[in-house]
Parts: sequence; C-alpha cells; structure tokens
Amino acid sequence: MVEEKRDAMFSLEALKGGNRSEFARLVEANYQLIYRLAFKILGNQQDAEDALQETFIKAFRYLKDFDGRSSISTWLYRIATNEALMILRKHKVDMVSVDEPLAEGEEEKEPLQIVDWCCMPEEELMSSEAKQTLDRAIERLPVSLRLVFVLRDIQGLSTRETGEVLDLSDTAVKTRLSRARLRLREDLSGYFGDRMIALQGKV
Amino acid sequence: MEHEECRHLLGELSEYIDGTLEAKLCAEIERHLLECERCRVVVDTLHKTVYLVQSTASEVQVPQEVRQRLFKRLDLDDFVQK
Repeated sequence: MVEEKRDAMFSLEALKGGNRSEFARLVEANYQLIYRLAFKILGNQQDAEDALQETFIKAFRYLKDFDGRSSISTWLYRIATNEALMILRKHKVDMVSVDEPLAEGEEEKEPLQIVDWCCMPEEELMSSEAKQTLDRAIERLPVSLRLVFVLRDIQGLSTRETGEVLDLSDTAVKTRLSRARLRLREDLSGYFGDRMIALQGKV
Repeated sequence: MEHEECRHLLGELSEYIDGTLEAKLCAEIERHLLECERCRVVVDTLHKTVYLVQSTASEVQVPQEVRQRLFKRLDLDDFVQK
C-alpha cells in the first residue's frame, strides 16, 4: 500500500515528541497532496491555501494524540477535509451533512445525454476549455458527492481509505462515487456533444 | 429499449468500469450491453470521463509562494529544502 510506504519514511516517535525537523519532512512529503485536495474541494487558491495552513497547524498540535490506527496521510486527509468543510460552512455553501444517509439532491439521475464523444481527438478532450468544463462540473457537485469523488478519483485513495477519511461505509463511498461520476459524465456529454456539432459544421 | 433494466443497472456501472463488480453482475451488464446501444454509450463515456479526470488530476501545482508562506506560518523556515 502506497500510504503505508509513505508512513514508513517517518519516525512516529520523533513526530509525536514534537521534533520539528521530522515534522518539516512530513509537511514536505504531503503539502502538495493536501493542497490539491483542498483546491479541488474548494475551487479557489485562497481558500485552498487557508485549508492547507490550518491542516498542518492542527496536525502539529494533535500529533501527540495520533493513535496510528490509520496511516498518517489518511489522518492528514481527515483534518484537511474537516478544514475544507469549515471553510465551506463559513461561505454557507449548500451545507448538507456528510453523514449517511444520502441527503436530498444527491439521488441518482437518469442519463439524458446520449452522445458518443469517446472518439474525439485527444486535443479536443484535453483542451483547456474541456478542463474548465470539468472543473466547473466538479464544483457543481453537492459537497458530500464531491468529497468522495475528489478523494477517490483525484487523490487516488481506495474505497476503504476514503471511508476512513469520511467515516463512511464502503457501500456509501461506492454509491456516492457512482452518482458523482454519472453527473460529471452528463455535464461533459453536454459539452462534447456541442463540440462535435461545431466541428462537423467546419468540415 | 428496456428502460427498466437500464435503470436497474445504472448504479452498478461505476464499479463495472473499475473492474471491481462481482462476476454475476458483470455478466448481467455485459448481456445487457449487447442489446442496448444507449447503455453502451453511457458506459463508454463514463469510462472516458473517469479517464479524463484521472489524467488531469496531477495538473494542480502548488504555487511556490504558497509553499513558502506555509513553511513560514509553521515556523519551519529553517528546514525548507531549497
């Protein structure tokens, strides 16, 4: 497991004893992951930076209580996710509860966009406009779906690790991931469908 | 078009493309895909969606000044690896 290998790089004893040089190494090894997580959940640089700083301030304060039941990076993800949620709460963004069961607005939606855009050229699929469309679609996801999606598909955590970070069952993680992906597919299909028509018009 | 069956299988497609779905359900989906063009498109575009997300995921870079401010805020300036 990647996470465990990463943990083996650090002396837990030194970290828990408040060793600053060891803590600096922990920050160095994880700050990019935490920033990316916060950026994808919050959607802007300023909030992501605030969450990043708060995460490591709290981590340093509470490391002595870290019980080692999860990997350190999972533990950092937990802190970071909570910080991001607090920032969203401050902005009063559609604050649904992250706990099970699924809240309203997160139900499964039937696919409406049936366009096969898979064979579009790579430069279309990866254009900056396509990426912006994707980013906006991620921002539009309800928070509880977005958290699961970012941890699983962007950060690459396993179902179990995602469940540990968010205190969710495997089933809840899978259900939310499925719903998030279907919504993104729907949004991307709308965009690429239009692009296909535009490109055909040029031929 | 067997709408009822499409709806019934929709929630399983995400695990299907991850390759983590149990064999019995996989077989059921594959049987359905043979006769349902609509669901074939949904599966293919869902797959591509996940691929696009994952292949652009690492593109978020941390601005250099964000890293510097982080180490300063944590009072770790002395340990910054140049």
